[in-house]
Amino acid sequence: MRDKTVYTLGILGTLLLLYNFFQIFLVIPIDALQGNIFRIIFIHVPAAFTAFCFYGVAVVGSIAFLMTKNFKWDSMAVSAVEVGTMFTLVNLATGSIWGRVEWGIWWAWDARMTSQLMCFLLYLGYLIMRPAIAEPQQRGVMSAVLAIFAAADIPIVFMAIRLHNVRTQHPGPVLETGTLAPVYLPPFFGDWVAFMLLASAMMLVRLHQESSSREIDSLRRELHAI
Amino acid sequence: MAALAIAGKDLRTEWRTRESLNASVSFALVILVLFSFAFDLDREERLAISGGLLWLVYAFAGALIVNRSFARELPNDCLEVLISSVRGWALFLGKTMACFVLLLIVELISLPIFGLFYNIHWIGSIFSLLLVMALSTWGITVVGAALSAVTVNVHLRELMLPVLLYPLMIPLLIGAMEMTTGLLNGNAVLSDVRLLIVYDVMFTSIAMYLIEFILVI
Repeated sequence: MRDKTVYTLGILGTLLLLYNFFQIFLVIPIDALQGNIFRIIFIHVPAAFTAFCFYGVAVVGSIAFLMTKNFKWDSMAVSAVEVGTMFTLVNLATGSIWGRVEWGIWWAWDARMTSQLMCFLLYLGYLIMRPAIAEPQQRGVMSAVLAIFAAADIPIVFMAIRLHNVRTQHPGPVLETGTLAPVYLPPFFGDWVAFMLLASAMMLVRLHQESSSREIDSLRRELHAI
Repeated sequence: MAALAIAGKDLRTEWRTRESLNASVSFALVILVLFSFAFDLDREERLAISGGLLWLVYAFAGALIVNRSFARELPNDCLEVLISSVRGWALFLGKTMACFVLLLIVELISLPIFGLFYNIHWIGSIFSLLLVMALSTWGITVVGAALSAVTVNVHLRELMLPVLLYPLMIPLLIGAMEMTTGLLNGNAVLSDVRLLIVYDVMFTSIAMYLIEFILVI
């Protein structure tokens, strides 16, 4: 059942992504100011949206684990953080490529870029800490606490950086201001849906791996006890 | 009361051994000297980076202090005894208060040395500086003590704590650095006090709630 869900989500996501790429690279018109490089926005922004959705899932999983001590929530949290971190990296990398073409530099200490990098570092710490704790219950609790700390920190990071970083040169939010032309909206949201489908498939694979590794771990412990 | 008793115990232990205090003050001094070699600056440039430099030193020294906070209770299972004797939040609050006092002492020793080495006048804005130092130091120690409890049984604890602590401290450090630079440049800027208060209140509440989960597994 789980395998079928993974394959369905994966295939749907890939097909939608291929259709969107066809639209993005061959159908929609070129941007008058930026040229072809503007097409990267269809990967860059949906990747950030996807990452934040999965960080949200990680917080829910972490709180649920602290309340119930059921390991399926811990697995959900770690899987979501891994997928979210990967999409944050996609967002950072595509932003950097865009910056190289538009600004002539790979990295600027711009408000949005810095905030995003901080999120990446926070969750990287989470992923680095997990293997350092051997006892599963302890690992779950500490990871959950850290995920909640990270989630609480993110809004303050964004607030602090926006308060101080006067060097903001990042383009403004295109969705809220309505500056994204209507012709661009279907591939934009289409990519977000495709990323969400693919990320969900990846998360399910990781959930499966987590439950298998827990099973192996408990068998190993039983063997040691004998 | 239990929190005050824990804080008093920690401060007495520290006063008798002076392990963290000596190490942190020496470390702060070394960093201040290293920075002077790293950057060859004129007075204007020195003033422009003064807040950043000072808070980097404090953040490094803070990590050294909070790292010992829960780890010093590991020998002879003292942590187990403490957990069974007082409520988790009281233990945490006591530890945080002790770290706060210790880090504030390190900061108050380093500040005049910093002024002397870098020829920066700080006495004129001492009261505003003290407010910024108190609020930021509480933020550093509350998050640091919580993470010290998280990492106390973690393999490679000394490495893991800074990796987790510094990214979490970034908003606090941004506010503290900006305000300190402004104050050392003679501008009475306390615009970020609200940011520091939000950070302190939020993390104190979250940490005090979560500490029971961390300590009682």
